[in-house]
Amino acid sequence: MNRSLERHLNILDFTLSSLSRRKGKNLSLLAIYLLVVFILASLVFFVTALKREAGMILQDAPDIVVQRLVAGRQDLVPATSVAEIAAIRGVTAVRSRLWGYYYDGLIGANYTVMADDATAAVGQAVIGAGISKARNLAVGDLLPLITYQKNPLMLEIKSVLPAGADLMAADLIVIAPDDFRALFNFPVNMATDLAISVRNPKEIGTIAAKIVELFPEARPVLKSEIQRTYQSLFDWRGGMTVVILASAMLSFIIFAWDKATGLSAEERREIGILKSIGWETGDVLLLKFWEGIVISLTAFLMGVVLAYGHVFFLSAPIFAQALKGWSVIYPRFQLIPVVDALQLSVLFFLTVVPYTTATVIPCWRAATTDPDAAMRS
Amino acid sequence: MIELVSITKSFNSGKPNQFTAVDNVSLNIDPHQITILKGPSGSGKTSLMTMIGCMARPTSGRIFLQGVAAALPYQQSGSEAIEITSLPERFLNEIRRATFGFIFQQFNLIKGISVLENVMLPAYPTGERRADFRTRAEELLELFNISRHAAKRVDDLSGGELQRVAIARALINNPSIIIADEPTAHLDSKLSHEFMENVARLKGEGRTILIASHDPIVYDAPLIDRLVEMRDGAIVDSGRKR
Amino acid sequence: MILNPATLALQITALLVAAMGMYAGYYGIRILAKWDLGSGSEEQLELERRTYLISTIMSCILVFELMSLFLYVYTADSLHTLFTGAMCAAGTLAVNSFGYPVLILKVVNFVLAGVWLIVNLTDNRGYDYPLIRIKYELLNLVVPLLVLESCLLFAYFAGVKPDIITSCCGSLFSNESKGLSGDLAALPPVTMMALFFGSMAATLISGLRFYLKRSGGYLFSLAATATFAVSLASLISFICLYFYELPTHHCPFCLLQKEYHYIGYLLYASLFSGGVSGIGVGVLMPFRKVTSLAAIIPLLQRRLTLISLICNLLFTLITVWKMYFSALKLG
Repeated sequence: MNRSLERHLNILDFTLSSLSRRKGKNLSLLAIYLLVVFILASLVFFVTALKREAGMILQDAPDIVVQRLVAGRQDLVPATSVAEIAAIRGVTAVRSRLWGYYYDGLIGANYTVMADDATAAVGQAVIGAGISKARNLAVGDLLPLITYQKNPLMLEIKSVLPAGADLMAADLIVIAPDDFRALFNFPVNMATDLAISVRNPKEIGTIAAKIVELFPEARPVLKSEIQRTYQSLFDWRGGMTVVILASAMLSFIIFAWDKATGLSAEERREIGILKSIGWETGDVLLLKFWEGIVISLTAFLMGVVLAYGHVFFLSAPIFAQALKGWSVIYPRFQLIPVVDALQLSVLFFLTVVPYTTATVIPCWRAATTDPDAAMRS
Repeated sequence: MIELVSITKSFNSGKPNQFTAVDNVSLNIDPHQITILKGPSGSGKTSLMTMIGCMARPTSGRIFLQGVAAALPYQQSGSEAIEITSLPERFLNEIRRATFGFIFQQFNLIKGISVLENVMLPAYPTGERRADFRTRAEELLELFNISRHAAKRVDDLSGGELQRVAIARALINNPSIIIADEPTAHLDSKLSHEFMENVARLKGEGRTILIASHDPIVYDAPLIDRLVEMRDGAIVDSGRKR
Repeated sequence: MILNPATLALQITALLVAAMGMYAGYYGIRILAKWDLGSGSEEQLELERRTYLISTIMSCILVFELMSLFLYVYTADSLHTLFTGAMCAAGTLAVNSFGYPVLILKVVNFVLAGVWLIVNLTDNRGYDYPLIRIKYELLNLVVPLLVLESCLLFAYFAGVKPDIITSCCGSLFSNESKGLSGDLAALPPVTMMALFFGSMAATLISGLRFYLKRSGGYLFSLAATATFAVSLASLISFICLYFYELPTHHCPFCLLQKEYHYIGYLLYASLFSGGVSGIGVGVLMPFRKVTSLAAIIPLLQRRLTLISLICNLLFTLITVWKMYFSALKLG
């Protein structure tokens, strides 16, 4: 077999035996390394999964949503504009949407209320799994709501949306338009906003421009813009968390550097012996290189696997509060596992690369111990 | 043959605490013989041996090796001997690994690993097949009558056994020159005599042996060929032939 | 300014690489100034030890540069949704004028680090440090480029502004881009094909000649260097089209995606190794008469030539195979 391969194998063999001889020191390093990888990997997996989740929800979003601004604030859209917008060439459908938020004082949570006559008839409601759980309601039960005129509105629960991975559906109530208007005392012939479908995606920009031309107070929001906004929101949250974790990472790096520098007398003696019996600086560097590889790979693989379990089986209890945010009755939901090469290489660059850099100089220092040091002890 | 020409080794040069361990030493060491460096501690024996053994480079002066196979690629054209003082560390090491076997005062065995592994250790970076040098190591342990301890950790061995492991380790790469630094310092008289018997065996195999010692058991032994006396970094008696 | 884990990872790596490079460069200058092999002084011994550290650092830099090159492309690809008109990494990199220079510098620095390590490997085999000056002069060329790369990377990410909804204005209108394919994509495919196969044939023939008869080393190295550049251009100009089976998609990055069976990795790996080893042969040419290297360089050059030949051949075979079996037919 190749001599240089044999040399690697022999030295790797000695690396493993010397790592196992110093279990205490190496295990403490491994534990901290693993913790850092675990936290960062959980974060990266979680943010990516949320991003994908949001992306999937937005797949079904309308091409353009038209809002109306009055004095820079969002206002109701008159239903009359529906026909005018529908007349623009390239628009396939215009739907006026009714939706809003309902505060439930009983459990201190906000529900998202939407009107859809295809889903719920008058007197009926379809609710999200989160509400069903929080209010302990099943199909056939009555959901009591209080209208703006302080009248009770009793709705029979037609069905409960499945507790899937869908983030948005958890706090949702779908009711009939008439019930919606009654609940919020919502003016007739008005809509919250308009959802517009466009035949050719390349024309979306042009159509948005035409809508603004027709209605100067309109604010068209494109699907791609919403997607982008969500993505950069999640990216930003992820990035911020990494920055917050920077001090923790820095202390890990200092710890690693310290461990690599502060060789015990025993280790120093060992390297001295190796040098004195004919190991060269390059051989000891190779020993240290394999040591780094073994520790890094173990910490990296274990950290990533643990983080995978933490995020996709346990739903990331550590980060959920900080990163998901937007509703109190957030469900215990299961994220769909996504792990790709980008995430893994990001993790690698955030952990293994700084660790390696921090240990280069200490390793070299150890490796250049005088060969005759062992004779002088 | 090893030829030293005005070798000087100083430490901390240029600083107030500068000191010269070896001062302008010239010496020839003949092959297949036992040469003893005798002198009190601090006389420069160890420093001189580290330079002969390619562990350290002299501050000035030259060392020539003759008839050393491992040094052949570095032979300067036109000369028979090889001048090793200007070679970079990695080449010195290659020569050292193949040519010299070392026995240290403190034995310098690595704790926590087995006797067999300790003996094999100098062969690891040579790139030789593990099975090959493992066989050789087992043969050496057999030769020195310590096979039964092969799997034991060195921590559990007696002084005499440690000494024999250290000799076995020095021989693993089959060196032509053995260098021993105060090998009997931690041994009682009986073990010291036993050590000298082993030295006799090595000499019988045709190896060149260089020992630094101030132990009479060593330097008065009948089998030694030459006794060099050192003091304060210089040679005071370059030796009588027996 | 974009803040996400991937851009942070790239920025941290850039900082580390630049810092390591400067550290190595500092000792490189000291070695150039104080080196005296004849001396056994403590200072000289210390400098000789430093050479081990610098070799180790440069190996790290080589690995980090190569990996961060891919991470950079990945990141750019994952960010493309943030920009109107960007369809993949190519669009993201074109968002400001620093994106492509960083990419090019990453490739250049990788190649230079590779060449440096080849020179270093050779030098380490000569018993009198025959290439020590050349090695550290080359290092002083690489270090500023590493620092420049880091600066440009920071400038790039600082200057990137995602097109997101802002509360103040109505809407950002998408100007669907007119295609960001640069000049490379505009090169006529037939000419590029002729150039590509011509230079590849020249490399293979001169390489084979050098390998067998040991003559024409400069010629081979020159051909291999030219082929490296031509192949990169060809990849964008026509080779990738066969993989995408689209006559207009000139992106050199989508090849790295799963949809194309990650073929890009094989293509780039063969291209880069073929290029670096080919350039290395030429760099070593002037020193083959140095006494301490006379026995070593020819051997090393043969090995490098073989690597370069195999890699270039592999690259050509993949290209030809795809050109033959692709649904797309050009000119």
